[in-house]
Amino acid sequence: MSTVDGLAGPAAVAEAELQAERRAPRRRRAGGAGSRRRARWAGWWFALPALVMYVVFELYPIVTAVQYSFYDWDGINLSTPVGLDNYVRVFTEPQLLSSIVHAFILVIFFSVVPVLLALVIASIVREIRSAVAGGLARTLLFLPQIIPGAAAAIAWTWMYAPDGAVNQGLRAFGLDALARPWLGDFTWALPAVGIIGTWLATGLCTLLLMSGIGKIDTSLYEAAQLDGANRMQQFRNVTLPGLRQEIGVCVTITIIAALASFDVVYMSTQGGPGYSTQVPGVQVYQLAFTENRIGQSSAVAVVLSLIVLAVILPLQRLFRER
Amino acid sequence: MLTRLKDSTPKTLLLGGAALFSVFPLLSMLSAALQPQGSSPAGFSIPTDPQWHNFVDAWDVANITTLMRSSIILVVGVVPVAVLIASMAAYAIAQLRIPLGKVFFLLLLLGLTLPYEIVVVPLYYEMQGLGLLNTRLGLILPLIGLNMPFAVFWMRTHFMSVPAELSESSAIDGAGPWQAFRRIQLPLAVPAIASLAVLMFLSTWNQFLLAIVLIDDPNKRTMAGALQGFVGAHSTDVVLLNAGALLIMAPTILVFLAFQRYFIQAMLAGAVKG
Repeated sequence: MSTVDGLAGPAAVAEAELQAERRAPRRRRAGGAGSRRRARWAGWWFALPALVMYVVFELYPIVTAVQYSFYDWDGINLSTPVGLDNYVRVFTEPQLLSSIVHAFILVIFFSVVPVLLALVIASIVREIRSAVAGGLARTLLFLPQIIPGAAAAIAWTWMYAPDGAVNQGLRAFGLDALARPWLGDFTWALPAVGIIGTWLATGLCTLLLMSGIGKIDTSLYEAAQLDGANRMQQFRNVTLPGLRQEIGVCVTITIIAALASFDVVYMSTQGGPGYSTQVPGVQVYQLAFTENRIGQSSAVAVVLSLIVLAVILPLQRLFRER
Repeated sequence: MLTRLKDSTPKTLLLGGAALFSVFPLLSMLSAALQPQGSSPAGFSIPTDPQWHNFVDAWDVANITTLMRSSIILVVGVVPVAVLIASMAAYAIAQLRIPLGKVFFLLLLLGLTLPYEIVVVPLYYEMQGLGLLNTRLGLILPLIGLNMPFAVFWMRTHFMSVPAELSESSAIDGAGPWQAFRRIQLPLAVPAIASLAVLMFLSTWNQFLLAIVLIDDPNKRTMAGALQGFVGAHSTDVVLLNAGALLIMAPTILVFLAFQRYFIQAMLAGAVKG
């Protein structure tokens, strides 16, 4: 689900469930409970439609992707098994490898910068008590969240255009030398795409952290003040620990958005110029639908999914409340 | 440092700056969209003679009427069904405590963090096999399935909070599980369902990757998916491109402005609970 599908707690929940299961082994019901057990099985009629839809349209495709990834297939002719070749190529073909590197560079722009900005804004705004300003800011900060990423890419393509607002601003400050077609520049296209992600994520993170700060007991701040803590110390010792969970949520959502980015990159640069902004998401699409390399595309998709899991699961542990 | 600022004016300025950063790209689009057609506008300028008529032209060129209808069909096809079957499954897991329910739930959690990229190519061939490629049904069905992890997760959180006595007392009153679900549990779940529906509306309406892969004809896609075709066809006409793109974004922005409290609440809760 677009921006909110990055989810913060699945691993934690799964683990809690398993532990609960371990602590309380399923009670075997005494004799005569046969009918009750049958009634509990009957409850599956409620779960069946969801199960069928999930299996047919998510689990089965995932299994199929894994299967495709071991074959060389153009989508039409017979496929030939190639073992791990497709995976080897993901890590040896420079174009494929560089797309993974780009995904991690995008994490800086999609995740690290927005979370830091949001922390600064939210902790400073904590003391503003103007409901009108706060409400208006909330609305405006939230706008990037509700437009499709593809539309955000179009807005920024115009910002970055040779005649766009970014170059206009630079020229207004006499920095003509810096003006350039940002998305067409081999060096600057990737950071430029990254800033689109910063734009998309900062508002959501700020609002999440603002609402998190609102839940911190104000007496903690008062106590810290009485102890002579300055603002920096208050931030480090009260705000940061209090926001642990919210920061975890922001980091998780935005990292998934960065690693699995598609809409923004596809609509702004299509991975270009050259391969300078190529990312795994766009690669999956292009390998499958313009180069007809279904097996290779699937291997990239599987690697991407594993990377997402490998990054997200440890993070969940890190941010889980102690 | 920022933290040393004492007065609230700099804070307001900072917040204002962040808010401006959030809307400026959209304002820049608006300023370009209002320039005379065929002109080459500069990044951001207050139009002296705003050409509101550009939006009327872009409406026709971008086929907004068809696109709106298409997106509405998709949303109506996905959201009610997904909400209903996810609620039923969550009720079965959390309240009826079906055997192996936890296994099912863990299986769903697996799908929660996986990116759409891994399913999109197999889905293309699956839909081709089913003869549903390039049909709206061929986009609606996968979207329902792909929404299940989050939707069941969300509704389960709600049903866990409903006391078990409620089901038990209705069972004593002789209500079957279906009646208990429909008459008692569903009405109580309305707030949770409403937030879920808002989130799913937004994600369906904004769905891009699946829309461009599974449907060739931009006019049958979501609004977001249609942007691709529109940009391809009008990339050189800056004025019309910006006007059309703004129109394509407008419905969600308007719905958001009308129900913003609700949206923000749902999305923040969706992020945290998820």
